[in-house]
Amino acid sequence: MLAWGTIVWGGGNDATREKAFTLIMFVGLAGSLNILLGYTGYVSFGHIVFFGLGGYMGFYLLAGHGWSLPLASLAGGVFSAAIAGLLGLAVLRLRGAYFALATIGVNEAARAFVSNFEPFGGSTGMSLNFSTYQQYGGAGKALWLTFDLMVAVTAAALLASALIKNSRFGLGLLAIREDEDAAMVMGVRTPRAKTIAYMASAFFPGVIGTLYFFKNGNVEPGDAFQLNMSIELLVMVMLGGQGTVLGPLLGAVTYQGMRGYMLTSPLFKDLHLAVAGAVLLLIILFVPAGFVGWLRERFPKLRGVLE
Amino acid sequence: MILETRAVSKRFGGLQALKEISFAIREGEILGLIGPNGAGKTTLFNTINGVFRPDKGRVIFRGEDLTGHPPWVAARRGMARTYQIVRPLKELTVLENVIAGACFGLHALSIGKAEDVAAEVLGMLGLAGHGRQPAGSLNVAEKKRLELARSLAARPHLLLLDEVLAGLNPSEISGMVETILKIRESGITILMIEHVMQAVMKVSDRLIVLDDGELIAEGRPSEIMNNPRVVHAYLGDPRAAERLMSASATKS
Amino acid sequence: MGNLISLLDGVLIGFVYGLSAMGLSLIWGVMKVINLSHGAMMALGMFFSYQAFSKLGINPYLALPGVAVFGMLIGLLIYGVAVHRVLSGPHLSSLLATFAVNMIIIGVGTAVFSTSPRNIDYSAGAVVVGDIRLPGTRLLAAAAAILFAALLYLFLYRTRSGKAIRAVANNREAAELMGIAPTRSLALSFGIGTSLAALAGGLIATFFPFTILSGGTYELKSFVICVLGGLGNPLGALLGGLILGGIEGVIPTFMPVSWVPVVEFGLFILVLVLRPGGLLGEK
Repeated sequence: MLAWGTIVWGGGNDATREKAFTLIMFVGLAGSLNILLGYTGYVSFGHIVFFGLGGYMGFYLLAGHGWSLPLASLAGGVFSAAIAGLLGLAVLRLRGAYFALATIGVNEAARAFVSNFEPFGGSTGMSLNFSTYQQYGGAGKALWLTFDLMVAVTAAALLASALIKNSRFGLGLLAIREDEDAAMVMGVRTPRAKTIAYMASAFFPGVIGTLYFFKNGNVEPGDAFQLNMSIELLVMVMLGGQGTVLGPLLGAVTYQGMRGYMLTSPLFKDLHLAVAGAVLLLIILFVPAGFVGWLRERFPKLRGVLE
Repeated sequence: MILETRAVSKRFGGLQALKEISFAIREGEILGLIGPNGAGKTTLFNTINGVFRPDKGRVIFRGEDLTGHPPWVAARRGMARTYQIVRPLKELTVLENVIAGACFGLHALSIGKAEDVAAEVLGMLGLAGHGRQPAGSLNVAEKKRLELARSLAARPHLLLLDEVLAGLNPSEISGMVETILKIRESGITILMIEHVMQAVMKVSDRLIVLDDGELIAEGRPSEIMNNPRVVHAYLGDPRAAERLMSASATKS
Repeated sequence: MGNLISLLDGVLIGFVYGLSAMGLSLIWGVMKVINLSHGAMMALGMFFSYQAFSKLGINPYLALPGVAVFGMLIGLLIYGVAVHRVLSGPHLSSLLATFAVNMIIIGVGTAVFSTSPRNIDYSAGAVVVGDIRLPGTRLLAAAAAILFAALLYLFLYRTRSGKAIRAVANNREAAELMGIAPTRSLALSFGIGTSLAALAGGLIATFFPFTILSGGTYELKSFVICVLGGLGNPLGALLGGLILGGIEGVIPTFMPVSWVPVVEFGLFILVLVLRPGGLLGEK
């Protein structure tokens, strides 16, 4: 049976909505990364590139061509998925550390490319005319719309994650994770399966990116392709438990919570990166299966519930 | 002929691992593949199976030319194989392992139907009680049975067994031999690599012998055992020679 | 002529890049770990050099042995705390472990040093040959890089510890069977790797201003170089450094500078996909 994390609807007011927005965004991003990392075992260090590229494309359609937000975000997602499909042909042939390095390279190359790409605003990026928000009934309503869409796409990401995990396709992915060569011999069409997983994992960040930059009002290369953000996603997935549906959710919530606490605490303010690093190290050394993984090991009866 | 290889050759850098191997397997038979260590037996499996592409020659399975096709093509046409050093999907449960075998084999089953097949196969191999355990927690003999179960769940026409008896004690061996005979009775053709001479002599209808990449003999166990070329090949491998001699002694 | 100067300048800097990449390549070659704290080590080297220069007035070149020792000690510490336990696990674990160390170093470094840029104001004059004017810092740095590379070579091929390291890199189990205690060799190689990173940092500090975050860019360059030269092949790393340095020097003369990263990373991905063993092949 599937166990769901319930998504908390950001109260009624603007302040809680803002906090919830960031949190839900990270849940969606981490959940999407998990589709690749958790199920196929391929570690992407540059997952954020799909957030950036999809976000850029969506923003471009929105700002430059007047597409509506829902349509533009969808287009952003499709664009990212398409890029993943093409990229996959080259990089999914690599294994282990080589793949990880390649994903970093792709992210950096994308950032460098976009910085030079005039239609996307080059190194200064693009910004939204404030009047664009009027299309949605004013800035306030636009922000609420963005929030609702963000919740929807994150829910979709988690749903997709759960559906995949319990499907025949997902079983093939897990077989790839455990032993790719044995999976091939068993009959799994590994290149196709990996590519589909890669594209699925890229779609959601593309949508999310568009929503984020719409809310931000502008997009520039430095914001769109942050390697640190990419790694933080990895931490969230590991913390919560890779390969589970709940894991990324818990991981994102915990990590953001920690981060929020540290940024406001006078003692840890400057050290939040260091503390995050220390936490990550401790997890890797002592609890590599993450929190959900640890729970499943400790309480085998809960395994069926803790997907 | 369910499987035919025609002049299959494979080279790795400076080593000619397979030299124009041609043989055929009749449907329903158990063909034993023997030979000293390093003869190229597993390489031959890998070539038949699609893991390696032969430099020359063809692999024909049930009338279809599978030469050079990736391994999943062979799997989906009904060829399953086990490994010498078992490769279970460790973090998945025993049941999930076998379901995977069923899902991607000859009939692309849905998970629901695959579950039924898996339960049946696990029962047949005495692993029914272990269904929910992670595959990594089984002992060696159980892992070997799991590997076999996974292959059987794919409902293959042809089963390639790579030293499935290695590492088993005598009672486990006779149990496994019985299982192999039962598998053949259910209509599955078997090609097995083996070093446990007594068992393979007893169970095989025919044998082919590989030495240094070459097919040096083919025929019934009784013929093979007395073949001077075969004995000579094994004399380079003293322990195997002893076993061959003792197998010959018990048979005659 | 301008092109030639740019090329030479780039190649000289490339020696330093190569030195840094050698460290990364060594660690990979010996224990199959990609040290994601490489950049942070370089930054630490930069700061050590800076502190020695500005607080104690020590010539940055004379401070180099100190930088090397410092880098070695930190490396041994990192190995013991973070790397040793994860060696037997999946690659992801070691990647994340070293990245965690990176986060810790950067985090603490930011708190201690803040992100304001530092600069070592040291001029070593210039060497003029005909029309070509090459800054002294570049030449001295290239010389230092070559020196340390030679020392590394001597160590790996002429000393017992070095040979032990090479044995472990080749086949850890076999080395163990021959009585070599792998942990010592592994820790030592990690320390040497970080030491080289720190040294490179110390040298780069004589060229360009830097912050605690500067390591990141150079780490990426090291990755590219290692892949170009073949992961695990230190000589390849040095050559890869020269190639990269050359590219960085020459490209801005006919393309806007902002295209350099595109070329670099494009090349990186191409090599990874087409010739993962590097242009020279892995060892």
